[in-house]
Amino acid sequence: MASTPKPEELAKISYNPPERDWMDTKPQFRSGTWCYASKPDSLKSLGLPNPRKWSPSDEDWKLPENWKEIIFEGLRERLHKFRSLRLFMDICVRCGACADKCHFYLGTGDPKNMPVLRAELLRSVYRKDFTMAGKILGKFAGARELTEDVIKEWFYYFFQCTECRRCSLFCPYGIDTAEITIIGRELLNLIGCNIDWITSPAANCYRTGNHLGIQPHALVDMIDFCVDDIKEVTGIKIEPTINRKGAEILFIAPSGDVFADPGTYTMMGYLMLFHELGLDYTLSTYASEGGNFGLFNSHEMMKRLNSKMYAEAERLGAKWILGGECGHMWRVIHQYMDTMNGPAGFMEQPVSPVTGTRFENAKSTKMVHITEFTSDLIKHNAIKLDSSRNDQLRVTFHDSCNVSRAMGLIEEPRYILNHVCNNFFEMPENTIKEETFCCGSGSGLNTDEFMEMRMAGGLPRANAVRHVHDKHGVNLLSCICAIDRAVLPSLMDYWVPGVAVSGVHELVGNALVMRGEKERTLDLRMQSFE
Amino acid sequence: MGLKASLIIVLSLVALASAGAGVSFFQPLLAVVIPYMVLAVFLVGLCWRVFKWAQAPVPFRIPTTAGQQKSFSWLKANKLDNPSNTAGVIGRMLLEILLFRSLFRNTKAELRKGPKLTYGWEKWLWLAGLLFHWSFLVVAIRHLRFFIQPIPALVRFTEGLDGFLQLGLPTVYITDVLLVLAVTYLFLRRIVIPQLRYISLPADYFPLLMILGIAFSGITMRYFLRVDLGAVKEFAVSLAMFSPKVPEGIGAVFYVHLFLVSVLFIYFSFSKLMHMGGVFLSPTRNLANNNRAKRHINPWNYPVDVHSYAEYEMEFGNKMKGAGLPLEKEEQ
Repeated sequence: MASTPKPEELAKISYNPPERDWMDTKPQFRSGTWCYASKPDSLKSLGLPNPRKWSPSDEDWKLPENWKEIIFEGLRERLHKFRSLRLFMDICVRCGACADKCHFYLGTGDPKNMPVLRAELLRSVYRKDFTMAGKILGKFAGARELTEDVIKEWFYYFFQCTECRRCSLFCPYGIDTAEITIIGRELLNLIGCNIDWITSPAANCYRTGNHLGIQPHALVDMIDFCVDDIKEVTGIKIEPTINRKGAEILFIAPSGDVFADPGTYTMMGYLMLFHELGLDYTLSTYASEGGNFGLFNSHEMMKRLNSKMYAEAERLGAKWILGGECGHMWRVIHQYMDTMNGPAGFMEQPVSPVTGTRFENAKSTKMVHITEFTSDLIKHNAIKLDSSRNDQLRVTFHDSCNVSRAMGLIEEPRYILNHVCNNFFEMPENTIKEETFCCGSGSGLNTDEFMEMRMAGGLPRANAVRHVHDKHGVNLLSCICAIDRAVLPSLMDYWVPGVAVSGVHELVGNALVMRGEKERTLDLRMQSFE
Repeated sequence: MGLKASLIIVLSLVALASAGAGVSFFQPLLAVVIPYMVLAVFLVGLCWRVFKWAQAPVPFRIPTTAGQQKSFSWLKANKLDNPSNTAGVIGRMLLEILLFRSLFRNTKAELRKGPKLTYGWEKWLWLAGLLFHWSFLVVAIRHLRFFIQPIPALVRFTEGLDGFLQLGLPTVYITDVLLVLAVTYLFLRRIVIPQLRYISLPADYFPLLMILGIAFSGITMRYFLRVDLGAVKEFAVSLAMFSPKVPEGIGAVFYVHLFLVSVLFIYFSFSKLMHMGGVFLSPTRNLANNNRAKRHINPWNYPVDVHSYAEYEMEFGNKMKGAGLPLEKEEQ
């Protein structure tokens, strides 16, 4: 793994495109800018095509003999299945409004990271084989032949897009690069060109129920750690149940929250809240993953992994599902789950057992976002909060791409933050809410060998944090996404040292006044409140 | 490459029409045969393309949400940028189509020392785009005066509004000026901004140059050559009544104008100009964000391989038992 350049080096970005036409420019597989190839075992365990040992830096990618045919057939099939694809192949006018909206373009200056060109990588091939103008006029109509170099280019740039949809917000026709990237990756997947950081978590999730491959007994241990830490902080021994039939609510969090700091503090926050409310809920080991790396592989893989949520809710007899803080998890739940794996007629419309609020917006899916649940509690004064316990923190909030641009969950987390801490500062307006910038590591690209590109892609986000860090002394970046919690700490250390990262429910856990608690002197990180 | 080639093609088309205008053999071709053919190709092409799009299903409801969702009565939802029902979607689409809402969000990013990224005001693209499209529409409506007798009130009203400055003789139409300015801006930015030049295809320069050619030939006829509008009208009405008469004495510029319009319309349905139809169908804009409240149906949803709980318990049952987790098997 190459060492990542220093920030001053990485910040030297030229936005001037090269002289040579983009069709004649090949990507350079320089380490730090691409992710390792899938291991054959992961592909095999998922039954995916062309498992083999290979590396993107190799000259020979060991493609199947009829790879061209596979790609054409795959593209043809998807043009018939997705109106989005067909439309987005046809109607772009290349106005360029999307160009400087992409964090990877802003962070690298590589013109093929302009969303318009990223899509042209696929469009050029589409034109050649599926449009009359392209067939007749060739390059003059923006068409080109599909070659192995084109496949390499697709791989390079479709795994340099985090499917964050920021460009789609600014496009006058709503062209969504996430659709292009999702389908581009599906095509690559057909010939076995995928990355290990996506397929291995997907394989883990398929077998063990979560990306990290945590087996059931280990998950119990990890929850026990949380319970012990909560006891130490509050003096209260909570007793979460796992795989319990008959619980009213099935709670599913991203597995990152069980596994690693600072996600674990968020997990503690959830569990403390549920205990204080006396909620009748259970966790599950079979459905121990909220996230879904299948989304980054193919629509089909997304469905295969997502199926566990409804299956487990049905098996346990839960009335509804409560979901933790995670970005792409909520894209899947909000925009795909019901369509793919529903209808969930075996459950009931979610009702908060504490406030009696009926969650009208979740009446079909039967799944509620934890910040919806908690903001409703606060609105009804159903929990007691001592926000001064977070006074040492100067907090800002990073909107996760998926919940802001594929759901519109914008005010709920802010409502909570404004009740659990006293020093909250917004980042500049073009960098938050629906215009939020990606962490730079989403959509399965949060792997170490990709660090240089992650730091480059994270620059716009980090830059906005630095603005409030300098101006207001912000020292905590809160968020509602497990990938954010995993990747933003290194992004902050790189660009804005001195800013920590937390989930919103970690701050809820700090502020929550629990019945029978001892005098609280430690926050959930076991640090003194002073 | 794209720019030069496009320019050469447009100039050749102009030359072709000018030459043809003087030859009596070509006149009926340019004035009658080609326009009718164009109309047919345009209509069939347009319908075919829209049909092809409409034929492909929308498997998932994937609106790009641009504001607060509808969740609680006490949190103000953004009804237009994140619509939760059909009325909201219609509102969003109207804003999109009539006012280019999304393009209005445009900003310009700049990297300063530090590094410090800033996002500045940039509405020129939106403004030029909006002025161009609206001007084009007004110009098209004004042209109906040639085809319909008596001239409809809407057309007269539009003309009156368009010429309200009462400048010059004949009165200068504002949209003539705006159209030329806006298209020129859209063309120049493609050449001047390096990133935009980099992404531009011949298919991007060509329609702009064509439209400029059409505008200039039209303006020349109206303001400078003052062609015989009576003859133009006679010809246009005859076309509209399907009893075409080849125009006489209007001049070569008229043929150039008509020919460029013809080529643009032929080109239309094969090109990116189809964004006119496509914008209505965009699934990130024309769907309500009510995903969790109302199930969306995917017509090709198919069963997939899943890893069932039974298989899971088969593999991990012992470990689960050891950890004190309940098992299905024991219960039976």
